[in-house]
Amino acid sequence: MAFFALWMIASFSILGFGAYYMIEDGLKMEPFQVVNQALIYYMVFDLVFRYFLQKMPVINIKPLMYLPIERTKIVNFAIGKTMISFFNVLHAFFFIPFSIVLIIEGFPVLQVLAWYAAILGLIYCNNFINIFVNNKDIVFFGVVAVILVMIGLQYYGVFDVTQYTYPIFKGFYAVPYLAIIPIILAVVFYKMAFSYFKKNLYLDAGLSIKHDVAETQDYSWLNRFGSMSTFLKNDLKLLRRNKRSKMTIFMSFLFIFYGLLFFTGSIESYDGPFWRIFAGIFVSGGFLFTFGQFVPSWDSAYYPLMMSQNIRYKEYIASKWYLMVIATIISTIISVFYLYWGWQAYAAVVVGAIYNIGVNSHLVLWGGAYIKTPIDLTTSKKAFGDKQAFNTKTLLLTVPKLLLPMAIYAAGHYTLGEGFGFALVAISGLGGFLFKNKVFNIIEKVYKSEKYKTLAAYKQNN
Amino acid sequence: MIAVSNLSKAYNSGPVLHIEGLEIPKGQSFGLVGNNGAGKTTFFSLLLDLIQPTSGYIKSKDIQVNESEDWKPFTSAYIDETFLIGYLTPEEYFYFIGELRGENKADVDALLGQFGDFFHGEILKQKKYLRDLSKGNQKKVGIVAALIGKPEVIILDEPFANLDPTTQIRLKQIIKNLAEQQGVTVLVSSHDLMHVTEVCERIVVLEKGEVIKDLATSAATLKELEAHFAGE
Repeated sequence: MAFFALWMIASFSILGFGAYYMIEDGLKMEPFQVVNQALIYYMVFDLVFRYFLQKMPVINIKPLMYLPIERTKIVNFAIGKTMISFFNVLHAFFFIPFSIVLIIEGFPVLQVLAWYAAILGLIYCNNFINIFVNNKDIVFFGVVAVILVMIGLQYYGVFDVTQYTYPIFKGFYAVPYLAIIPIILAVVFYKMAFSYFKKNLYLDAGLSIKHDVAETQDYSWLNRFGSMSTFLKNDLKLLRRNKRSKMTIFMSFLFIFYGLLFFTGSIESYDGPFWRIFAGIFVSGGFLFTFGQFVPSWDSAYYPLMMSQNIRYKEYIASKWYLMVIATIISTIISVFYLYWGWQAYAAVVVGAIYNIGVNSHLVLWGGAYIKTPIDLTTSKKAFGDKQAFNTKTLLLTVPKLLLPMAIYAAGHYTLGEGFGFALVAISGLGGFLFKNKVFNIIEKVYKSEKYKTLAAYKQNN
Repeated sequence: MIAVSNLSKAYNSGPVLHIEGLEIPKGQSFGLVGNNGAGKTTFFSLLLDLIQPTSGYIKSKDIQVNESEDWKPFTSAYIDETFLIGYLTPEEYFYFIGELRGENKADVDALLGQFGDFFHGEILKQKKYLRDLSKGNQKKVGIVAALIGKPEVIILDEPFANLDPTTQIRLKQIIKNLAEQQGVTVLVSSHDLMHVTEVCERIVVLEKGEVIKDLATSAATLKELEAHFAGE
């Protein structure tokens, strides 16, 4: 997580200093106006971001309840802790540099300060709102749906919500004392969060753990896969019944649209022809990468059970492999809309899928065998980044995963044309199948030789 | 059945287990007692090849456990929650273990049928995932799962902890029955001296990783153990 946090801080700071000039020179628009228009989306995305990632302090409260500490103090402590979290500090890295630039550019100091104070107030409003919407999926996804509709309406020029919201944000600048409103609002939300929290500070209220209603499913139609079906059935349940794995499926769905950046030509530096393959590999392989890199960590919570049972490693690995293959095929079918941007776009996705199935599926599983990060299936909060996932071995493996197919394509593209380039990538993907058994053997050996280390590493968090 | 030879386990902080030699014959109910940190779980983990011995080895039916995996088909265990799969219902979990151990659904159902009493209506058809069961009920599931597939060696770490009194009494019956009538070698650890002396025909006391008592259970055993742990 630390890597991800540093990366966010760095990019926010760069944006903070650069945004003004980028908008002025790049878009030829009035920067302060543009920022004020974008702020409504910024605030909403902040809320979405928090909802997914910001951990509520509730988990750490239980031990405090048995100690002689007043309840109000516990609540103040818990809410106070959220106030100094990364999710609030992060915004300072954008807005402070941006405000400094505004002042340098001749905006009056007092008015800029008032504007900044208002933004700060709104960010804290988000912080407190998140406390009571946390874990209320229906409310939350309702808000997300409304936002998506707003963006859509704005994109097609039907209705532009920012036309109505930017005067509000600009108002804090134009009439500085208005900045007091968001700050008061933040205080009100604090009080609301406080009483909500206090009311729910009982083991059978807010601190109780919700139980899912479980249905026993036997997936007997999977029995046709023979003895591998034992694992396949289990893996399907793993994917369907855990927060973390659902998050992974959601993310791999987003990957399908990643290609839009490339094929619509919206980013100039991606116009080189070999970038098509780069896009094709990610579009079809979202699940393959996000799921595959954590095999066998998905089973970390009960790895001692697996290791003391008579597991047929080959079938265990094959089951995960089939899941990745099926997901890749599904992604490829969904991606058929890329045909809109020419047959080359979809051809890139299809050969990308072939290469993913033939070569990358093996490499991802191989790399995963070295990753010893235990996965907590019950939370989606860590799905985005984990510094341990970036070790040298996995980094080295990205060369054959991404750069090699791009190079192969380029070799074909610049000699006999794009058709030949696609054919070469597809052939090398098919060639990968020949090594399937060999790679499975290697992975099995890695599992066995790393067994004790893996068990010890998984134990750290269990 | 199980032969321990010169076994030791040490971490950087120092040795945690050292057993010169220990033989457990087939069909014995074997009890392991000792205070926290005495090395009970370490011994069981070594027996299941979940950690590596620093020196020496354990042979189960003449198979050295850290060199071959052939002991797995006839060995089963319940050590802690890491032996449960939290997102499965108890039924699904039993069938999964059954499939791993080469039993079909009917075999598993037949076995589960014998444990209706033991489950006390709190396990099957409850529409709950294992992760949402109470600690005691989780333990019931883990123990019964360890009986699936006709194992010859069963290892249970602290099986009595967290169970309610009724279930404790039933579990004692189950363990006795396994060893006496089915010839299964049962290894049990416990902090409850009364339970082990009732269930086990042999009791070994571990202290700081060493075997300091090895008793054939008799009427006097409980008194002797109590005297020992009271520090007399």
